[in-house]
Amino acid sequence: MSAVLPDSAKAAPLLSVQGLTKHFPARNGRIVHAVENVSFDVRRGSTVGLVGESGSGKTTAGRAILRLVEPTGGKALFDGVDIFSLSAREMRKYRQKLQIVFQDPFSSLNPRMRIAAIIGEALDARGFPRGKRRADRVAELLTLVGLSPDHASRYPHEFSGGQRQRIGIARALAVEPEFIVADEPVSALDVSVQAQVLNLLGELQKRLGLTLLFIAHDLSVVEYLCDEVVVMYLGRVMERGPSRLLYAAPRHPYTKALLATAPAPDPTRRRTHVALHGDIPSPIDPPSGCVFRTRCPEAIAACAGIIPPLDHVGDGHHVACIRHNERTI
Amino acid sequence: MTAISVPLQAEPNILSRLITRPTAAVGVAVLVVIVLAAILAPAIAPYAPTKLSIASRLHPPSLDHLFGTDDLGRDILTRMLYAARTSLSVGFAVVIFSSIIGIVLGLTSGFFKKLDAPVSRLIDAMMAFPDILLAIALVAALGATAVNVVVALGIVYAPRLARVVRASTLVIRELPYVEAARALGVPTPVILVRHVLRNVTSPLLVQGTFIFANAILAEAGLSFLGVGISPDIPTWGTMIATGRQYMDQAGWIMMFPGAAIVITVLSLQLVGDGLRDLLDPRLAKGI
Repeated sequence: MSAVLPDSAKAAPLLSVQGLTKHFPARNGRIVHAVENVSFDVRRGSTVGLVGESGSGKTTAGRAILRLVEPTGGKALFDGVDIFSLSAREMRKYRQKLQIVFQDPFSSLNPRMRIAAIIGEALDARGFPRGKRRADRVAELLTLVGLSPDHASRYPHEFSGGQRQRIGIARALAVEPEFIVADEPVSALDVSVQAQVLNLLGELQKRLGLTLLFIAHDLSVVEYLCDEVVVMYLGRVMERGPSRLLYAAPRHPYTKALLATAPAPDPTRRRTHVALHGDIPSPIDPPSGCVFRTRCPEAIAACAGIIPPLDHVGDGHHVACIRHNERTI
Repeated sequence: MTAISVPLQAEPNILSRLITRPTAAVGVAVLVVIVLAAILAPAIAPYAPTKLSIASRLHPPSLDHLFGTDDLGRDILTRMLYAARTSLSVGFAVVIFSSIIGIVLGLTSGFFKKLDAPVSRLIDAMMAFPDILLAIALVAALGATAVNVVVALGIVYAPRLARVVRASTLVIRELPYVEAARALGVPTPVILVRHVLRNVTSPLLVQGTFIFANAILAEAGLSFLGVGISPDIPTWGTMIATGRQYMDQAGWIMMFPGAAIVITVLSLQLVGDGLRDLLDPRLAKGI
């Protein structure tokens, strides 16, 4: 143990995803390679951003970690326990430690249940007793997410998208989880409301000591919140590392392209403009070698030959590109 | 929002919204009258339903016998009121019974991927039989009693409900609120009832009204063919069956129960249409 490293870097990660793979069966016996050999760590109390275009497998990865879809391979060590190897019954006990906030605030709440019942279901799940204290707890949770306690007797359709998202967050918090997957929690909201919900998540994280996996398709949203970022493309990790390094000095051509398309809050910041052409290839038949090579402005013939390993380039910054050494940043 | 048949909005007080539609309001009003008449039959019927009077057999409608009398001199109006009790009860029981089977089949095939193929094939096989033939075969096998008529018709109509439930379940299964419940560790049976079944009630209600109407018709059909409820028990169907022999001399014996069936079924259809328009905005906009 080196004394030079900050405490946070030394501490064992709360969640360590190792070689996560998810394949879906497709027609004619073919296989959709939704997530392929994805590894990353999430330190306790930190926020990790999982970023990629639609079809990059980021949502599937998030759901596989919670076993909402059964992973095909890999491990997910949560506090040292591989949750992928748990039986369905053992997993049920673990579920409360890991929660999820969904993208769509409209379909994530049962339209036939009052808010008190929606949050109450979560309280039931952790064996919260019935009675007066229960109503107090619901009120407390609603206040925690910035809603009024008397919203408890209403139905979801009486709320706006942002409010519903807050209810979804309250439901996740009701079981006092340690880890929350936030699956594009603001993409479906108005821009003005996005900031409010992001602030709320950031605030709650500090207050409750939560650990977050924040899934987004937009690097600019993630920059604000995340300590570390994992960039995915076609089911694989292209680059990962501490946010400040990744934003200041992206090493992978895909990350550069994503940064170029993200609106920059600081216009003086120099960014290379890389425009990506074409669509993300089919995960049924991914390109050989580096999956990004078909759209990469820097691809060379050798890229088709080998799957680039995720190389460590210092300070926890990893890049999967065979040319990362050739380029000067 | 996406066009799915499962409304994402809850409908507070369906009935009050239903009666703002003129045709549905007429349907509801007529049904209320018929149901009240059936319930109050002993109080409002002018005669006893089994009172024979050979002297006044085959009387045409008059002030004494508003709808006339039958071949045994029994008052048609009285018997119609009592028949309404049986016909409506049978129809309602069929809806309940077929709903139970339909919900179980629909939920299992829609929610559990592995059970979908076998259960769906079973549903297809049941639907391949012509309704009334299957019902006749079942009643013939089970014996002609009111309970068996309900069982037979329940089995005949269950596949339709199963399909409706399955289709909605397939959609709801993938919705995030079901996933949220799974993430909380809510047991699957609870998810099925609390999250899936509760959101299937709208299409189920619509289909249920149509099955109610069909069941009344089918019960009458079975009774008319002599494979339904025993002719001693007045139902609209058995009354038509006995009246058939006197069609030329005493048309009223069949006419009034026939009219009762038409009016009841029509009202149910109007209510069903209204409910469908109300609960499935996609169809309503298409009109």
